[in-house]
Amino acid sequence: MIYRRTSSPSLWEEMDKLQREMNRMFDSAFTNRLIDRPINSHDFPAMNVWTKADVGQVITAEIPGMNVDDLDIKVVGETLTISGSRQAPVDDENIRYHRQERGYGSFTRTIQLPFAIEVDKVEANYEKGVLKVWLPRAESDKPRKITVKAI
Amino acid sequence: MTEQLSNPETQKQEIVEQEQTERTRESRMYVPRVDIYESDDAIHILADIPGADENSIDITLEKNVLTIDAEVQAEKPQDYSLMYAEYGIGGFRRKFNLSNEIDQEKIVAEVKDGVLKLVLPKSEKVTQKISVKAAKE
Repeated sequence: MIYRRTSSPSLWEEMDKLQREMNRMFDSAFTNRLIDRPINSHDFPAMNVWTKADVGQVITAEIPGMNVDDLDIKVVGETLTISGSRQAPVDDENIRYHRQERGYGSFTRTIQLPFAIEVDKVEANYEKGVLKVWLPRAESDKPRKITVKAI
Repeated sequence: MTEQLSNPETQKQEIVEQEQTERTRESRMYVPRVDIYESDDAIHILADIPGADENSIDITLEKNVLTIDAEVQAEKPQDYSLMYAEYGIGGFRRKFNLSNEIDQEKIVAEVKDGVLKLVLPKSEKVTQKISVKAAKE
């Protein structure tokens, strides 16, 4: 879900954060963890969306420990799909795990963009475990300025 | 058929200050997720610290307390404004009590793609065993 807001960003940020936390809390409360259910992998990775009017958007996601070759970014029309897989940890008879908190395996996430994308100009970089995708708005999709003539 | 992510938690956990001291800077701090495993000769720690690099990570070992401290600079795309956020940006900190004797001189730490890898070799010092004799009257 992507929406725009206009006033008091800090307050909204806090409200959003609260709301998301509530949602996640309910999500986890109603799903039985004991059953090995298919996980909503569309929740991963968490994304931040940055925008600049008429220019486009930048999407960032924290996905540490990826091979760039295992990351797959696709733009079709107005949807962006990020998928990939993180390698499973070492499995060796001679080691004993004390903790295992880091997730691994494959993930896919698709998001709807608010405008058409200039597909040829999409750029992505992956640095320090953070993926950044630059999505320029398609020229044809940009708003046209209409000049008013005086009669 | 692809295997699914084994860990459904996608949200980072924010640190709740438990100690009496507070940080002076008002920035967010998170708990990095870690894998810790032990091999015959070392303890290995893998920690997810996206956004941190070799210059911003601080690792200390004092009296068996290992502290991982990573600063993350919030890199905002220039001229763009944040429209929608699912994760916060901030540093990472976590402390561990190490039970084994660690050879402090031989600790190896490396970071790649936002994952810190620590190898803490176990000390070769053999713990001295003290035999107990039965006292004679």
